[in-house]
Parts: sequence; C-alpha cells; structure tokens
Amino acid sequence: MAVQPQPQMPKVWRTETKPHKFCPGCGHPLVLKAIGEAIEELVIEERVVFGCDIGCSLLAWDFFNLDSIQTHHGRTTPVITGVKRANPDIIGIAYMGDGGGYAIGSQHLVNAATRNEKITVFLVNNTQYGMTGGQMAPTTLPGQKTETSPYGRDPETTGYPTLGPEMIAAITGPNAYVARGTVSNLRQLKRMVKRALENQMEGRGFSFVEALSLCPTNWGTNAEETWHWLEEDMAKYFKVGELKVPGEAKEG
Amino acid sequence: MAQKPIEGEKKVFMTGNEAVAWAALAAGADIMYGYPITPQNEIMHYWTRLAPKYGRKFLQTEDEISAGFTAVGGVLAGRRAFTATAGPGNILMQESMCMAEMMRLPTVLVVTQRGGPSTATVIYSQQEVTMTCYGGNGEGFRIVYSTAGQQDLFDYTLKAFDVAWKYRFPTFVLGDGYQAKMREPLVIYDPEVRGVTITPSEPYMAKSGKPGVDRPPTHLRNTYNMEEELLAAVNELANAYAQMAPQVVESQEFETEDAEVVILAHGVVSRAAQGAVKVLRSQGYRVGHFRPITLRPFPDEAIKRVAEKSRRLFLVESSQAQFRKLVTDSLYGVSTPLTSYLKPGEGITVDEVVAEVKKLF
Amino acid sequence: MAKGAKIAIAGEGGQGVQSVAGILSEAAYDEGFEALYIPNFGVEQRGGVSVAYVQISDEPIGSPKFKIADIVVALSDRAVHRTKKYVGPNTVFVYDADIKGVDGALPKNAAKVLAIPAIRVAKEELHPRVFNVIIMGAVIGATKVVDIDVAKKALTKKFGYKFEQDPSLRDLNYKALERGYELVQG
Repeated sequence: MAVQPQPQMPKVWRTETKPHKFCPGCGHPLVLKAIGEAIEELVIEERVVFGCDIGCSLLAWDFFNLDSIQTHHGRTTPVITGVKRANPDIIGIAYMGDGGGYAIGSQHLVNAATRNEKITVFLVNNTQYGMTGGQMAPTTLPGQKTETSPYGRDPETTGYPTLGPEMIAAITGPNAYVARGTVSNLRQLKRMVKRALENQMEGRGFSFVEALSLCPTNWGTNAEETWHWLEEDMAKYFKVGELKVPGEAKEG
Repeated sequence: MAQKPIEGEKKVFMTGNEAVAWAALAAGADIMYGYPITPQNEIMHYWTRLAPKYGRKFLQTEDEISAGFTAVGGVLAGRRAFTATAGPGNILMQESMCMAEMMRLPTVLVVTQRGGPSTATVIYSQQEVTMTCYGGNGEGFRIVYSTAGQQDLFDYTLKAFDVAWKYRFPTFVLGDGYQAKMREPLVIYDPEVRGVTITPSEPYMAKSGKPGVDRPPTHLRNTYNMEEELLAAVNELANAYAQMAPQVVESQEFETEDAEVVILAHGVVSRAAQGAVKVLRSQGYRVGHFRPITLRPFPDEAIKRVAEKSRRLFLVESSQAQFRKLVTDSLYGVSTPLTSYLKPGEGITVDEVVAEVKKLF
Repeated sequence: MAKGAKIAIAGEGGQGVQSVAGILSEAAYDEGFEALYIPNFGVEQRGGVSVAYVQISDEPIGSPKFKIADIVVALSDRAVHRTKKYVGPNTVFVYDADIKGVDGALPKNAAKVLAIPAIRVAKEELHPRVFNVIIMGAVIGATKVVDIDVAKKALTKKFGYKFEQDPSLRDLNYKALERGYELVQG
C-alpha cells in the first residue's frame, strides 16, 4: 500500500480488522480512537472487557486488541455489570448508542448508575438510530427529520431530547464521574474518557461519558452541514463539559 | 478460605428453594444475580444469608432481563454464575439465554414454574416447558433437567453447574412452585464425599497476557453479516449439541418391562405416576411409568423403546400439552395409541391417575 | 394402604396454622415417617385464608397437594367455606365451636363433624398464644399419626430456648397439647 503517511493509530487497534466497518464520516471511529488511546496510556489492556451494544456500536466487536463481547440491544450495561461484579479486577467498559442507552436499555443505565456500579459507560449520541436506517431516537432534536418523524420531531407528541449526562448526574452519588464530550474536540473527549476509566480503576464508582457524534449517512448531510449540525444545532441542546467529578474541579 | 458449606452429608427437612441454595453453595457457585418473583424468592433469601459466610456474592438487579444478562457477564468473567426465576421472569430471561446459546455460555438458571399464561397464579404449573426448552429466537441448544422433589433439586442443581461448564450450554433446573415451597426430607452432601466432581469454570475474558500481543483477543459476537455465516455457526452449535446429548440425556423407568399401559409424566407429576403404578400393580394392573429427567436433550431412544412394547401410553401433565409436544415429536413413527390427561396449572394426585388409567383396561 | 394421614389446616393470618403444620410434619419426619408440608402462598394467600397441607406416610409421598383429606381443621368462618372441598366420606371435619353462623356451611358428607372449643379453652383456661398448640394437639388426637410425646419433643426442639428462659412456658405448651388432644376424643 502506497498510501502514506497514515495518521498514528493506537496500538490497541487491531490491524487485522482494519479498515473498519463504519461508514465514511462516521463519528464512532473517533470515539473509539479516544477510548483506545486512553486505555493504552493507562496500560490496562490486559484488564479490560469491552462490551458493545446493538446498533452501529456492534461494529466495534472486533475493533480492538481487547477482550470484547457484543451483546444485545440495550443489554451491554448489565453484561458488563455482571462481569465486574464477578471479577472486580476487570475494567469493564460498556459501549453503546443513544437508542441502546436511553431507550431500550434505559432501565439498566439508570439502575447501574444508582447502584454506583464500578463500570464505565461510553454512549455515542448521533441523534438517531443509525444501524436500522435513521429512525427517531430519544436524542433526536426538536424539528429534526428522521424516518419515523418525517415532518420533524414534534415535542408535543414525542417529547424533548433526553439529556443523559444531566440525568445520570442527578441520580448518582458523589463518587460518580459524568461528562459530555464531542468528537469535534477529541483532546477533551480523550481526557474525559481517561478520567472516567480512572474513576473505575480507583474503585470510586460509576462513570459515564456521552460523546456527541456524527452520522452523515442518515443525516443526509455533506461535510460542511455535518459539522454545522454537530457544532451548532446539537451543541445548543447538549452542553459539553464535565457534570460530576469526584473531589475535583470540573472542566467546561 | 471459608470452610465447606456442607461437611460430609446430612439428612434435612427443607423447602426446595432452600435445597437449591445449598446445592449452589456446595457446587461452588460464585455469584447469584436475581430479581424477586414468587415462588422463587426464597432461593435468593437463603443465598443472601448463606453466601457471605462462604465468600460468595449476590446482586439484586433491576429486572429479570438484567438478572439474565448479568449472569452472562459473571460467566464471561469465568465464575460459576446463576440466577432463578419463574413465569413472566422466565420470559424476560429468554433473551439472555438465547445469547448464552449462541455464544456457548454456561449460565445456570433455576425455574420454579408458576401458572400461566400471563401473571396467572404464583402457585404451580408445568406450563414453562416449551419456553424453558425452546424459548426465545433460538433452537433449544440448552440442557433442561425436570426435577420431581427436593432430593432431585439438590442433585440436579449440583449437576447443572457441572454439565454447563463441561459442555458449555446454558443449563436449566426446571422445578415448580410445589417443589419450591414444600418441605420434605432429603440428604444434602459435600459433592466430594460422594465422588461427584464439578467441572471447573474458566474465564472467557481478561485471561492473563496482553491481548493481541501475548495471545489473540477474545472476540465474541452474536451478530452475523451473511446468511451463510449464520448457517455455519448454527450448524456448529447443532453438531456440538448432538455430540453432547448422549452424555447428558437421562430418564427413569418404573415397572415398564411387562407394562401394558405406560404412564408418561415428568417433574413433580412423576411422583403421582409412581404412586399410581404402585397402587395399580397391587390391584393386578400391568402398569409402568416412564419419566424423562432431561427434557432437553429429550430421551428419544429410551421413550421409543418403552412405547413400542406397550399397548397404550397414558400421558399426564399440569399443562395444556406442552410436554405432549415433546413426546409426540420424539415418538414420530411409533403407532402405540396415546391418551392424555391435561390439567394446566393444577396439581395431579395419585388417585386421579389411578382412576384415569383404570379406564384404559 | 399406607399408614399416615392427609391433613388440611386452615385459618386466618395470625392463628398460627402454618407453624402447626411445620412442627407437626417435622415431628413425623423425626419419627422416621415420610412427611411433606406445603402452605398456600403469595397472591393465593394475601387477604385470604391461610391453608397448610400436610401429608405423613410410611411410603414416599406422591403429589404435594391432595383432593380429599383425612382430617380438615377450620379455624374461622372463611376457613370453613374454603376447606369444605377437601372433605370426603372418610374425612373428619373439625371446626372451632365459637365460629358463628356456619351451621349451614358445614360439610354434609364427612365421616364426622366435630366442633371443639379451642378458642375458648385458649382464652379461658390457658393463654391465647398457645391456641395453635391446642390445634396441634387436636390434629394428633384425631389422626394419631404421631405419639403425643413425639409432639412434645418437637415443641421442645422448636421452642427449647424459650422454654429454658421460662420453664412455665413448657408446662403451658404441654398442657395446651394435651387439652387439644382431649378435645377430639369421645
């Protein structure tokens, strides 16, 4: 292959399974890059169990040189909870989309958070269901057109977007770490990912990072419109920053 | 390390739920995940009282979906993990048990059947046979033991932990509300003194060594892109299941040798059948009883042998023919006529079976 | 036929029906009998009548519930209505004499219908808390499935620590057992 130079990828990326299976312009690989780099810097590769959900997140099942389990829709949180409870030395990561976390698996997310499970949940918010073809999600913005809200999401009949980190911050104790990052600020996202994992490593408690992400395929946007949607429309509704940091000053 | 939960063996008088908790302890179960539902609750109650004394764990989850999936997680971490449920909870656990089938995860699930459909009664039935054997969008790649009382519950809960890890299929102990709640005598024992071995567990995840460097990473999935890929995966499961079946299948026969009429029953109803055989034999009727202990895999050969040499089969169960479906499927091609006595959600007594069987003479 | 008895005891919550059944079946088991006891439970029981099903036999016990009992004990009006269905031509039906207005509801097909003043005896002669021990005595008296001394041993096994703290409790319980036994004689 003569395509050089490639950007530096974390070693924890499994080269045998690259190129990856995500669509061009997808935000998942950016979030996964942040996670991979953080894991490498923390030197926890041997201890990690990486669980991914159904939806586009499942495409990460063989993404890493990490022990990985692809579960059912919404059920990654309980699987990783079960892993961690059975063996607390493991660093458990549950990786999911907004549908998996806020709709079909919301009871699991809420209860894992209230029980202060010592696991880390990374939730990718791209405002719709990607894998199934762009249906309305709990995070779909008011007025946003999707396959199941073709005239735009009407808050009167379908409610307002779920504010996940705000909810998790409200129901967790002081030892939880809760943040919202964005793929448009990868350095910050990586810091958040790392702090979330450190919170688990130190045995403090639940950690949760929502990552605002991209889906040009289902948004039907070109590059410019894609970034505008992320940085303007989504950012207006979903505030980026740390919502809860045990014993420390928050970022953002 | 804490002492053994049971030293030697002991004759006791206890409920089935208590017997299950002791068996799980004796089998070396590491962790129970559970959610309240009647008539299973006391398995959790006894476990939560006993487990901490022996360094074992418990997690009460938010629902049965979670109890099933956390049990899957416990298995992935390499621990003997189990859960218990009934009725509507069994429905919710089918999702995780399908995943366990697909990924060959040895979860252990104790079912205390209650009445159905829907919430129905909390008391008793044999109406969770189809669901426990074939529930979910799967092919029934599971091991299901149908128990008939407290001694069975103890013995087969022990065995469930062994065969689950030996063959890596989700394993079910199918009891019922009667067995869960009644008290009767049994012997509980340290498996070692009986020479009973329990296959050790081992981690699927987070084994030693750096994944991708010292060893390949474990990548488990249940999603396939192509039909051909799935067919190959399911064929592999089916082959593994077929190879396992002869090692695991179990049944019991009572006076079937010269029996004109053979009573077919499983689980607690088998007790009524055994009692009826005794009464009827004492009155000169040539009656026997065949009891499958494993409903999955089903004892096809044994039941065929019995069916072919008897004049008539009499099937009795506390469900609207869920057991009969297993039987008739198994007996395809055998022409012995079969009469059935179906009482969905109600217990069956010796007297009833005696009266019904006499009509066949 | 096998030696033993099928016993249904029914009453209101707090009358101690289930503990009688538990002690009785365990006593029989300790004596070398097969014994099986199952309560009604859950939704079946909430706000309803508490029923205990006990079977004692010298042979392994078939099904945990039965259609027809050898002895039925009903301790409230609702219990009379609830347990009539367990009565057959060989059944002894025992109910408390203080239950009013159930005369029409009493089973007509029983071998024997027996009213015993257990509630009154408990209140006037002994103590209300040993009401269920009187009932236990009555069940033993009616079925003779275990010896009264075996029942005393079972009570001591169950309440030994209380008896040691207060020896008068032992006498009270034993007396209750004996009175119950007497009530169903003759």
